[in-house]
Amino acid sequence: MNRLLLNKIILVLSTLSAVIGISFLFWILATLTYKGVSALHITTFTNDLVEGGIRNLLVGQFTMAIIASAIAVPIGMFAGIWLREYSNQSKLASVIRNLSDVMMSAPSIVIGVFVFAIFVAPFGSYNGFAGIIALTIMMIPIIISTTDNMLALVPKELREAGIALGGSKHKIILQIVIKAAKVGITTGILLSFARIIGETAPLLFTSANNQFFTMDLTGQFPSLTVSIYNLATYPDEASRELAWAASFVLTAIVLMINLTGRYMTRNKK
Amino acid sequence: MSNLIMETKDFSFTYAGVDAPSLKNINLPIEKNKITAMIGPSGCGKSTLLRAMNRIHDLYPGNKYEGEINLYGNEGKQNILDLKKENDLISLRQRVGMIFQKPTPFPMSIYDNVAYGMKLAGVKNKSELDDRVEKALKDAAIWKEMKDRLKTSALGMSGGQQQRLCIARAVALKPEVMLFDEPTSALDPISTGAIEELIAELKKDVSIVIVTHNMQQASRLSDYTAFIYLGNLIEYDKTDTIFMNPNVKLTEDYITGRFG
Repeated sequence: MNRLLLNKIILVLSTLSAVIGISFLFWILATLTYKGVSALHITTFTNDLVEGGIRNLLVGQFTMAIIASAIAVPIGMFAGIWLREYSNQSKLASVIRNLSDVMMSAPSIVIGVFVFAIFVAPFGSYNGFAGIIALTIMMIPIIISTTDNMLALVPKELREAGIALGGSKHKIILQIVIKAAKVGITTGILLSFARIIGETAPLLFTSANNQFFTMDLTGQFPSLTVSIYNLATYPDEASRELAWAASFVLTAIVLMINLTGRYMTRNKK
Repeated sequence: MSNLIMETKDFSFTYAGVDAPSLKNINLPIEKNKITAMIGPSGCGKSTLLRAMNRIHDLYPGNKYEGEINLYGNEGKQNILDLKKENDLISLRQRVGMIFQKPTPFPMSIYDNVAYGMKLAGVKNKSELDDRVEKALKDAAIWKEMKDRLKTSALGMSGGQQQRLCIARAVALKPEVMLFDEPTSALDPISTGAIEELIAELKKDVSIVIVTHNMQQASRLSDYTAFIYLGNLIEYDKTDTIFMNPNVKLTEDYITGRFG
């Protein structure tokens, strides 16, 4: 009788903890939606920051994220392929894997400071290139890790079957192994894109922010996340409302990308 | 002298990072157009020996081969352990095909799966590919089931069908030898029966070496049987002799189930 009671107590406690945790999540989402949607107007999307909208911020954030991805994805994938397919057991491979993992947990603000010292201070001004570089540095280790792990999931028998048919190593990797890992790698890329598009610290003192619409990467570059950081603490009501609107839009974007990733890895068979 | 397609001479094999050899001084003949079965308890070297015959161990560096494995062909006898260049190994594997325990369809259409080895070998002519794909699927007894689904993904097939696809894929290259590594262990009894029928049919065109845990399968299918235990070739003879009148006591003990 004692055991059944204990079981019930633990069950209630764990359910309660789950409910408390999830209710915070719902609280955040609900507040965000309520405050965000009520601050949304057509002009939010047609105006730039200087006129109380977020158009240039959206374009700027996406521009930097997309260019960063264009650099990080090929580098990360090649490194991941090299790690898993060409040098799997070697000492060098495990050193690189460890380094990559460390970089993934490096505080984003530290990366921001590093890029500031190398790509901002010597040039005397914040610039969009520095922001892109910071985002790229953050993204590469994630892509390496995803590619490495997704390739590891491909059973070795598949490679052996390819070799047994008279395939050379790089053909097998290109035509069979990567194809087999395609969904996992693509999802990994998508999720890391969602991650960097929501980053603030790496951009704070690299590309900073810009009120106006511009595609000039040599100067300060518009950023949605840095704007939220700034707007949230301004004294006037309009700024704070815009911060809510921007937060809502950012959250919706990240949520949609994540859901797309989940949809792609849904159990098809 | 009987008609040999392959043989091993004093062949020993040591895995990378291990001191003791997994195979010791194996002298095994493989007769042409016959089925040779390798039986023995788990971990005793049967698969190791099979995988040496198409040098697939080379995927994992550091292994040590000793002795000879000879392949007989139009240019006479060739020790495949001497092959060093990747192109030579590729040619070897086009002559000596392999089927694995777990069916391994590639993530592409059924047609592309069967055509894969041929495309690797440089066959480009579309109608030649079509013909050879059809013939291979017929030889593997799945043409009728698959002919209207050639462009669909191979991953949608059942386990037995996938294994027959793998056999079609290998047969399409017109190999001289086919190595089967426990090809039916992962399949249900009905698929197993179908694959066994298929293997028996294939021996007309190909010489077959099959590793199996299933002694009934070995005695049903094979012409010759080799009993391998702890890395040594204990006995090799015609299948009937091995199963009904073995010369070595150890063989008799294994056959009658006293161990393993």
